[in-house]
Amino acid sequence: MSSTLQIVAEGTSYAPVPSARIRLGKNALLLISWLVPAALLVLWEVLARFGSIEPHVMPAPSKVLATAYNLTVSGTLLHDLSVSLLRAAIGFAIGGGIGFALGILVGLSRLAEAVVDRTVQMVRAIPFLALLPLVIVWFGVGEAQKIFLVALGVAFPIYINTTLGIRQVDPKLIELGRVQGLGTWELIRRIILPGAMPSILTGVRFSLATAWLALVVAETIGAQAGLGFLAMDAREFLRTDIIVLAIVIYALIGVGADSLARLLERRLLKWHPNYGARP
Amino acid sequence: MSRQPSAFHKSAVVVSNLRRAYGDRIVIDRLNLRIGEGEFVALLGESGCGKTTLLRALAGLDPIQGGSVEVPGRPAVVFQEHRLLPWDTLWRNVTLGLRAADARERAAAALGEVGLGDRLDDWPRNLSGGQAQRVALARALVQEPKLLLLDEPFAALDALTRIRMHGLVKDLVARHHPGALLVTHDVDEAIRLADRILVMRKGVIADEHRPSAEKDASVLRADLLRALGVGSEREAA
Ligand SMILES: Nc1ncnc2c1ncn2[C@@H]1O[C@H](COP(=O)(O)OP(=O)(O)OP(=O)(O)O)[C@@H](O)[C@H]1O
Ligand SMILES: [Mg+2]
Repeated sequence: MSSTLQIVAEGTSYAPVPSARIRLGKNALLLISWLVPAALLVLWEVLARFGSIEPHVMPAPSKVLATAYNLTVSGTLLHDLSVSLLRAAIGFAIGGGIGFALGILVGLSRLAEAVVDRTVQMVRAIPFLALLPLVIVWFGVGEAQKIFLVALGVAFPIYINTTLGIRQVDPKLIELGRVQGLGTWELIRRIILPGAMPSILTGVRFSLATAWLALVVAETIGAQAGLGFLAMDAREFLRTDIIVLAIVIYALIGVGADSLARLLERRLLKWHPNYGARP
Repeated sequence: MSRQPSAFHKSAVVVSNLRRAYGDRIVIDRLNLRIGEGEFVALLGESGCGKTTLLRALAGLDPIQGGSVEVPGRPAVVFQEHRLLPWDTLWRNVTLGLRAADARERAAAALGEVGLGDRLDDWPRNLSGGQAQRVALARALVQEPKLLLLDEPFAALDALTRIRMHGLVKDLVARHHPGALLVTHDVDEAIRLADRILVMRKGVIADEHRPSAEKDASVLRADLLRALGVGSEREAA
């Protein structure tokens, strides 16, 4: 035993690291990381209360909370929120559906790729928000404009990641499918789609972010309901508390959408060492 | 240039005048081969001589450029890599392509045969190399193939695991009795498992040996090594 130790000692030695110190350091860091935003919030509250910040520039956090409560009780907030969420959902379904279908087609067929891919890539070069004026000319400022914009923002990330995912499926596994006598549909369902799923879900995550951005922009322009309308309407009366509330809700929904995507990844990719919960 | 399932014959596999080329490069030319029903044939040959190419032609994975290949039904293949689907549990992997109402029971039986009967719902990523290759064997056998094609299935395994796998394959083949073609680089593996050993050279079957009770294994071994061009010439002379 001692001789073995000596050999090790001549090379690199691995001394046990005092783990208690590390744990303490980690906890302290975690605490600090939460303390900073909390302190800023308190500072904001104090400054707003004692009049250092004009209420119409920046309302106190407590005021925003109170407003949230009032609007919830009156039902306005829920109504606007549901209008916004519905727009996002419809736009996501349409854009996601089109992006996914095209992505599958192009991923599976060289001919479809030749027909579709270059054109899509060219259109993709346009930042989709730059199309806004044109979209307003086409659809006005009604629901169609908003849903179109969301769908447009969603379609591209889904399309690109679906085609990418399908291309990255291990050809050896596809060959295995043929050896096992799978039909085309079974091959797609059992091998190609699951193989492409990590990439597709990355696309979903990206597209949720774009969908949200598209919605904010679309709603800020001429809406009769929705979170964006709530904020723009409040602007007329200098109700910054409502504006800040709308912004905070946008942020919360963004976080919610992201956790939804993560949840989807954990469920659908539980086989994948990088995503699924490890046993 | 035809490939069709053979009728019920003494020979399960009949390959005549097979020609396989990648572009202009001819790899197999006028190759003839028969494998009897339930016969275990090992195929040796130096690297790059076309063993995998022949096996893929038998599996119907590549188009052939001449001659004919007759195989019984749809052959099952075990590749050098296990090729398990990482997103499916073991029993789902084993029953891939199997059309049967009692798929799970069959998977359970097949996995039991390879000693993994208690891992039906486990994931491929939790398996060792040898275990994964055993699942691949189960996946091939659950289809009850009349022809089993094995392309260096044990090459990536350690020596001890490989010996265990030899025993397992011998058992399984004895029980299910498919015709089998085993591509290998391991002369001892061929001797231990095969009814007949073929040596491939220059695109054809160049040599044929039969392990038998009378013939001493070490003599056969020397013969095979010489046929593969690695035996000592002085010793032979
Ligand atoms: N897809 C391919 N395209 C072009 N040439 C190929 C292809 N696959 C194999 N070959 C060539 O065909 C010849 C036979 O290859 P094959 O894989 O059948 O050899 P092998 O006997 O299985 O070798 P090993 O023992 O190393 O696996 C080689 O010269 C190889 O370079
Ligand atoms: Mg090979």
